Amino acid sequence: MSEVSPVVHEPWPSFERQKMAVSFGMWVFIASEVLFFSGLLLAYTIYRHLDAEAFKIASRETEVFYGGTNTAILLTSSLTMAMAVHASDHGFRRMTIRCLAATVAFGLAFLVMKGFEYHSDLDKGLWPGPGFPLHPATTQLFWAFYWIATGVHAVHLSVGIGIVSTIAVRLKRGTLLVKASTFEGAALYWHLVDTIWIILLPMIYLVGRA
Amino acid sequence: MSDAALVYVRHQDKEQNYLQAGHTLGSWLTSTDHKRIGILYALAITFFFFIGGIAVGLVRIELMSPNGDFLTDDAYNRLFTLHGIVMVWFFLVPSIPATLGNFLLPMMIGAKDVAFPKINLLSWYIFIVGACFAVVSIVAGGVDTGWTFYTPFSTMFSNGDVIAAAAGVFIVGFSSIATGVNFITTVHMLRAPGMTWFRLPLFVWAIYATSVVMVLATPVLAMSLLLIIAERWLGMPIFNPANGGDPILFQHLFWFYSHPAVYIMVLPAMGVVSEIFACFARRRVFGYAMMVYAMMSIAVIGFFVWGHHMFVSGQSQYANFVFSFLSFIVAVPSAIKVFNWTATLFRGQITFEAPMLYALGFLGLFTIGGLTGLFLASVPIDVHVTDTYFVVAHFHYIMVGGSVSAFFAGLHFWWPKITGRLYSEAWARFAAIVMFLGFNTTFMPQFIMGYAGMPRRYHVYPPEFQIWHVMSSVGALVLFVAYTLPLIYLTWSLFYGKKAGDNPWAATGLEWQTASPPPKHNFAELPHVKAPPYRYHPDRQAPEAEDRKPETQQGAM
Amino acid sequence: MTGAFPATASAYAGEWDRFFFMLTAISGLIVLAIFIVIVGFSIRYRRGSKAKRGMLPGAITNEIELGWTSATAIVFVFLFWWAAVDQLKNVVPPGHALEIHVLAKQWMWKVQQPNGVREIDELHAPVGRPVRLIMTSQDVIHSLFLPALRLKQDVLPGRYTYLWFTADKPGVYHLLCSEFCGTEHSRMTGRLVLMTAADYARWSAAQPGAEDLAADGEKLFRSLGCSGCHAPQSSVHAPDLNNVYGHKVQLSDGRSIVADEAYLRDSILLPQKDVVAGFDPIMPSFRGIVGDGDMVKLIAYLKSLASKRERP
Repeated sequence: MSEVSPVVHEPWPSFERQKMAVSFGMWVFIASEVLFFSGLLLAYTIYRHLDAEAFKIASRETEVFYGGTNTAILLTSSLTMAMAVHASDHGFRRMTIRCLAATVAFGLAFLVMKGFEYHSDLDKGLWPGPGFPLHPATTQLFWAFYWIATGVHAVHLSVGIGIVSTIAVRLKRGTLLVKASTFEGAALYWHLVDTIWIILLPMIYLVGRA
Repeated sequence: MSDAALVYVRHQDKEQNYLQAGHTLGSWLTSTDHKRIGILYALAITFFFFIGGIAVGLVRIELMSPNGDFLTDDAYNRLFTLHGIVMVWFFLVPSIPATLGNFLLPMMIGAKDVAFPKINLLSWYIFIVGACFAVVSIVAGGVDTGWTFYTPFSTMFSNGDVIAAAAGVFIVGFSSIATGVNFITTVHMLRAPGMTWFRLPLFVWAIYATSVVMVLATPVLAMSLLLIIAERWLGMPIFNPANGGDPILFQHLFWFYSHPAVYIMVLPAMGVVSEIFACFARRRVFGYAMMVYAMMSIAVIGFFVWGHHMFVSGQSQYANFVFSFLSFIVAVPSAIKVFNWTATLFRGQITFEAPMLYALGFLGLFTIGGLTGLFLASVPIDVHVTDTYFVVAHFHYIMVGGSVSAFFAGLHFWWPKITGRLYSEAWARFAAIVMFLGFNTTFMPQFIMGYAGMPRRYHVYPPEFQIWHVMSSVGALVLFVAYTLPLIYLTWSLFYGKKAGDNPWAATGLEWQTASPPPKHNFAELPHVKAPPYRYHPDRQAPEAEDRKPETQQGAM
Repeated sequence: MTGAFPATASAYAGEWDRFFFMLTAISGLIVLAIFIVIVGFSIRYRRGSKAKRGMLPGAITNEIELGWTSATAIVFVFLFWWAAVDQLKNVVPPGHALEIHVLAKQWMWKVQQPNGVREIDELHAPVGRPVRLIMTSQDVIHSLFLPALRLKQDVLPGRYTYLWFTADKPGVYHLLCSEFCGTEHSRMTGRLVLMTAADYARWSAAQPGAEDLAADGEKLFRSLGCSGCHAPQSSVHAPDLNNVYGHKVQLSDGRSIVADEAYLRDSILLPQKDVVAGFDPIMPSFRGIVGDGDMVKLIAYLKSLASKRERP
């Protein structure tokens, strides 16, 4: 197979340097994302500490079926993403495209499941406000956290789906080369989204369900 | 070694300078050239500086009399909020990093551009989108929560456009984060051969420290604002005590960002004045290594002092004790820097061009502002003067007396490099002096009023404070003149100013070793660095008056 | 009053001023010293001046840096220590303070004296004895600022915060809100009226509406059904409320706390929060049933049940 030399963008003196920089930059960005979610997790931790019983009552209404299935989906998508990076490192263009496509498919499946879950939650009236079905009132704090945390996560996941599908399409069209610096950066972002979910999983679904 | 002869690596290339490479509006709005992006930012922040200035101009007119005869209560409240939000997020935070930082950082380290030029342009667009939300909020009548957005007033009681304002600030935060990621990666990955960390100019260190703070602190602000928006727009009870929520939690999240934010606003200023003192005293910066450690310590320790904004909030006395202690500690590196800048003048050959006048102004005003910080770090003192004009004076001494002076210093110092023109030195010196006098007239009376018990954010006030308010408003008028003058003479210089040579100040630093204005790719060939910065004089020998020819970092050819 | 020097209505305010002016003097000296050096160097080492340049001192540079770093750190830590000692001294109010309730709302201050007398935008208090303010807000965060006493404390919704002082100079002083609270924030001002003990006693007895808060609280205790569970002859297993206030309470999660106003308030509004050890969490919440005014009366009644407590 022909060896195409990778594209080096301005202002990089070499491809190796550029590739290192893309990963480095993504790690720095990941640091900012960690701080972003930390504020929310801190709020959750404090409120849970102040009223652990209410959090248990509230968490019992979450549906482990959706939580568990979505976790399996997302973990698998991280696997396919990692495979995509490996494939790109070895120059296997078609394999890379397939793995990226699989990642996107799993991501979309997650969002679909999430949609069903949200529907079910709303049917049970679990949107904080007057008429909230649970008592005491502090259970609404848990559910506020649920909607905000899963919503923000879903936004991040959608951005990830957008990025991965874009690079998959560009790879297919040939506007992106298989040995580009982009894949590792995109994979780091995808794994971040996955890791955030892993942290949210016990906080949402496993309170009092030991 | 040669006799310290001028060693310029002249880049007399056929390449156009960056201003000539494309004349259409489109070429400016789609350029990924860090120099053009720096100018785009400069235009945006100048616009917002005057918006924020007009807002406070109206406030200061109102405050000349103790009764509310000129503005309604609501109008007044919205104007001071506008002033705070615009000046902090749409002027000060981006000012030095996004304008001077963008323009100079790659050049100072010997690179052709920043690490991610497209993301750099994107960050400007994100800024503009956030700015649009802010403008929408202003046009829709404004917001009255103060720039601090305290709950539950902002979430449940305010009838201003809190969501638009919070959204605008939320969006603009991502511009900060993108810039920070870009700059950090640039400094780590794009230094020219031989440019080791301890050969970096202090301005680069300052931008680097600022970028670290931007990346780590701004996301927490983003989350705080997101939670307010969720509560107000979607009815999510986060800070509502009726649901067990805690309004103080908002304050913790908000100040966890907003204290490091003040270091985002002052660290770049420290970097600018370091460059200027070295050049105009013709001396190496005293204690370079300590200056680096001081800036990094300020960046780190600055994350652990946020509770000093909350001494009377109802948090525990133990928390007050710890935050007070750390706040005294964080003042130490700043003090070191003041000593080192002063020592840089020792046995120099000092000249007093406008950049130097602004830098000296910074030194004095920052010292005063910093010392008053010690007052505020003491819990008992703070209990009386917090939420009074004492605090207002304190932070304006640092943000305006400090950061804005430094911004003007840098603007004048690098103006010839950026535009290729010289400004009128007489007018610039005059403006610098007027600014210094106007500033002190405006803000020194505010310390007195604050001690006397004049609360902040007051539309009407007890009549015994009127004399101080009048003094302060007169000073504000003088400041207005001082800020308008540069707008006029700098713009004039763009068309009629004398053409600047490559290095009118005979400064060291790689940015001065290329043409003014620089070519699109900064350097014809990448420099190779062989020496530390600030080679204004040989190692242990103080400069003589005739020495206007520094040795560059590239050393002898 | 020129407005530069606020009134000083307590010994604490006098001490505060001494500390403040000492800090001002130290800062002034530092600023003066630095300015003299900066101006001095600027003149002496201006370009072309005759002052000697020559060799720069090298070996002592590190020592100079270490020297002024340590000196600065020591001075700053000393200032911290001085301030902290002051802070810690004044944290705990002396016992037997006169307790006055303050309720802040947009945009007025409602004050309730211990004998039930109500005031709006005025706070009457005696000099010469400790006064403790128990404060809460009905809506947003406000802050009670008494410049003559050099004191201020944020007033929060859903919580009690406290401020205590011992004043010594009768007179009328500013009472201001110092946390932005909306449209009329700057109009939410009033008067702190300090009176001699005799004058205060005369004043408070003469006010209309002097109530017996504790007696009113006892009536509420019955009408709201509290005695249904908490009376000794009740069949429901509920904690005995005699001798609760001011005493230690063992909680079901192992902690033990001293019952103060905040604990009593929380037990009525958020009864699941701190459940007494050995009892089930079956007490219903009275949020929405017991307002802030009624709360003051119930707490006064519960305080009266604590042993050996004298009524003012």
